[in-house]
Amino acid sequence: MYRLADAQRMLQAVVRELAQEKIAPRAAEIDDKGEYPWDMKELLARQDLLALPFPEKYGGTGSDLFTFCLVVEEIAKVCASSSLIVLVQALGSFPILIAGTETQKQRYFPKLASGDWLAAFALTEPGAGSDAAAMKTRAVLEGDHYVLNGSKCFITNAGIAQVYSVFAMTDPHKGVKGISAFIVDADSPGFRLGKIEHKMGIRGSQTGELVFDNCIVPVGNLLGNEGDGFKIAMMTLDKSRPGVGAQAVGIAQGALDYAARYAKERVQFGAPIANLQAIQFMLADMAMQVEAARCLVYEAAARVDAGEKGITMSSAMAKCFAGDVAMRVTTDALQVLGGYGYMKEYPLERMMRDAKITQIYEGTNQIQRLVIARALLASY
Amino acid sequence: MNIVVCVKQVPDTTAEKRLDANLRLDRASVDNIINPFDEYAIEEGLRLQEAHGGEVALLCMGTESAQETLRKGLAMGADRGVLVTDPALAGSDAWATSYVLAQALKRMSYDVILCGMQTTDSGTAQVPGGVAEFLGLPQLTWANKVEISDGKATIQRQSDAGYDVVEAPLPVVISVIKGINEPRYPSLKGIMQARRKELQIWSLDDLGISQDMVGVLGAKTKVLGYSRPAPRAKGQLIQEDSQTAATRIADFLVQARVL
Repeated sequence: MYRLADAQRMLQAVVRELAQEKIAPRAAEIDDKGEYPWDMKELLARQDLLALPFPEKYGGTGSDLFTFCLVVEEIAKVCASSSLIVLVQALGSFPILIAGTETQKQRYFPKLASGDWLAAFALTEPGAGSDAAAMKTRAVLEGDHYVLNGSKCFITNAGIAQVYSVFAMTDPHKGVKGISAFIVDADSPGFRLGKIEHKMGIRGSQTGELVFDNCIVPVGNLLGNEGDGFKIAMMTLDKSRPGVGAQAVGIAQGALDYAARYAKERVQFGAPIANLQAIQFMLADMAMQVEAARCLVYEAAARVDAGEKGITMSSAMAKCFAGDVAMRVTTDALQVLGGYGYMKEYPLERMMRDAKITQIYEGTNQIQRLVIARALLASY
Repeated sequence: MNIVVCVKQVPDTTAEKRLDANLRLDRASVDNIINPFDEYAIEEGLRLQEAHGGEVALLCMGTESAQETLRKGLAMGADRGVLVTDPALAGSDAWATSYVLAQALKRMSYDVILCGMQTTDSGTAQVPGGVAEFLGLPQLTWANKVEISDGKATIQRQSDAGYDVVEAPLPVVISVIKGINEPRYPSLKGIMQARRKELQIWSLDDLGISQDMVGVLGAKTKVLGYSRPAPRAKGQLIQEDSQTAATRIADFLVQARVL
């Protein structure tokens, strides 16, 4: 059973208030315009909420993953796009946190922690989604620098971030063991933004293509050793998936909150529809699922924080379960609102569109089940 | 310039409040928050500090749980906190509260004492004036703007008709209205630092206050009874085309002598 420390409880209350008062009023507009919400990024930076993953000595708050999840959840309740600003700052920086040298940390962390710079994580390619070994982006060592060629797609914060954790093949014959990880600055020669995607949900988050055309990356920007890339990527995802789970829990809780309040106000057949058992049972099922997902997410985060082994399975479970719950709960919450739920005037259709991505990114929920099954069977 | 902001812990404004058998607010049954008016006072204190330097201290009278209220103010940026707490304080009225705060303030350093204009629980708005009286200080109440210069404070005092400009020499007690500023949200670093800031706890003994001056024994007011406010009458819904609706609204406003 989890219990929040005093500081966590205060942070949760403050972020809840901030989300309700400052972020919620912008959520529909952010979704509608499909533009990156720079004002939300400024707000989150000012409140130190982009500093969460970074150690205090680099200007961060050195917060644990549990605290991070609490923050993401509160923001996601009102605006999934805005919660992604916090999530991706961690996702893009985890490779440096995991494998970075002191020099690399000193160079990048202070500006990332302050929110002056944003980070991105670039693993996926058109032909290499779930199958990382099919990666085509090449990195070739030439003297004191690597030359990168290829492209990455569906990258959150593409064109927005200053710092990209990029995965590329240094030895294509070795499969995933030939993948290396690099820090690529946005102003690197030969690096440019490609196509920007038009998405179903999380429309306030910019997703796009990265193109590497003889892109020059100094040797000093290699993370770990050549061939460490896949391991760094997997360790990153182990740490980041509980955050996606927290986002999913937030989206689901936001939808449930809205549906429950609506059910108490909406009168049909002479009484609020909340009096109808058909609605009550739906709400009860939704509440159970959200609570179960939350417990899995908090448990996974706590295990990562405790440095336990076997976090791959619990992180995958948290992300997968919470993502599926977010999809089901937002669908049912919309149903409670009936025709109104289908209309853009109400936030449920947005929440439902936003929920969908949590079943897809950072490893589809099918991949999560594969990861869980592998870990499960290995223990017998 | 040293600033003391008086704050109070109150029941969450959205919670349903209950009175106990002694007609006192049942504080245990509800979540507590910082008095919303006091957040404006803290913000004003922090802004004065940013402009003039010095220290911002928080002073609170309440139960042990009011430490959380003080921590929130410390997280916003105040430097230290003082909580006056004592079982004998239970049941204190506005007179006793003002007296206790004044006795505590005598042990603190201040040029400006800031208060919210009133609390959301008892709502008497008497404490700022009471504190000023006990300390023999001028009081500037209902400020919607505060300026400090040349050893004096000048405020815009909000009234129904507009505002009056009032000034007084320092030290001074100032109560601020809602909307004087936009209180900041504590940042994460602020919350973390708040845990490490000094929070002193003073008892009545520490302040040399005898128990019969405060609490139920020292109360100069007595609650005789209570009643629920009459439920708000249903609003009048005007559903016409815009031309007719506008005329009817104008008629209504004329009738209500607003126009």
